[in-house]
Amino acid sequence: MYFENLAAALTMDGHGLFVWPAYLIAVLVIVTILIRPWRRQRKFLRLKSAELKRQQGGPSSIEEVI
Amino acid sequence: MWSFFHKFGSPPWLYRIAGSILRWLLPITLVALSVGMVWGLLFTAPDFRQGNSYRIIYIHVPAAAVALAGYYVMAIAGAVSLIWKMKMADVAMKACAPIGAALTFLALVTGAIWGKPTWGTWWVWDARITSMLILLFLYLGVIALYEAFDNKEAAGKACAVLSLVGMVNIPIIYKSVDWWYSLHQPASIKLSGDSSIDPSMLYPLLLMIAAFYGLFTCCMLLNMRAELLERETRTNWVKKLALAGRR
Repeated sequence: MYFENLAAALTMDGHGLFVWPAYLIAVLVIVTILIRPWRRQRKFLRLKSAELKRQQGGPSSIEEVI
Repeated sequence: MWSFFHKFGSPPWLYRIAGSILRWLLPITLVALSVGMVWGLLFTAPDFRQGNSYRIIYIHVPAAAVALAGYYVMAIAGAVSLIWKMKMADVAMKACAPIGAALTFLALVTGAIWGKPTWGTWWVWDARITSMLILLFLYLGVIALYEAFDNKEAAGKACAVLSLVGMVNIPIIYKSVDWWYSLHQPASIKLSGDSSIDPSMLYPLLLMIAAFYGLFTCCMLLNMRAELLERETRTNWVKKLALAGRR
């Protein structure tokens, strides 16, 4: 490691205030663009599966019961 | 060649092949991103002029480079969709827009953060930054235009035209530092000739650029898989997939 200790790595001679937030924002953006489509796919498959099971297992809506 | 195009036009094949690629590309990308970030943050020496603030380069430059390359991918997919009416190209085009917008946003924000200790200002209306802001608006425009239409075929056509027209901005961004006076320095990494950056700083940067290309590809494939499922919701292969509980 270039820095002598953790405190030096955090402060970076006064530039830590700029560098660390930039990396934090980068991590947040990366996680967001990876998670969003994955969650969208999972949600779709869960809803689709429930819809298909409902169709197979009996009436799918209250109107059909009435 | 034609058999590839034939297969590429098949949603279940594309969904499956995207899943196979993601299984190895995603872990490699995540490892490369982690190694590149730690390397750039903690193990490289500071720049003799900018000090430690230059470490933002390991986020800023890869994000900007891939945001630009992503626009080419989106525009080419748009052209293919427009000319050959290939629906999967339309899916690819739509998948690129949110990733490109996110990476352009990241490049602008990290650029602003880097600008404060280096130039003494968060923002300046120079050619490079302004044309990058236009790139963000182009990406957002494609996303908004897609949502504005009820008819998705018409939406795809309009977005393809917008992305093709927006292509004119890409060479302007690349050459802006040469054509106009700018606070940005000219390119430090050159494909032909020696780069003006020390190898100890260059290697983690190249790793991060590769990792961001991997990230773009992974996100694009993930977006395409989600989009394919929604478009093909009434088909048997999607029903089988949902009932099997497979991801």
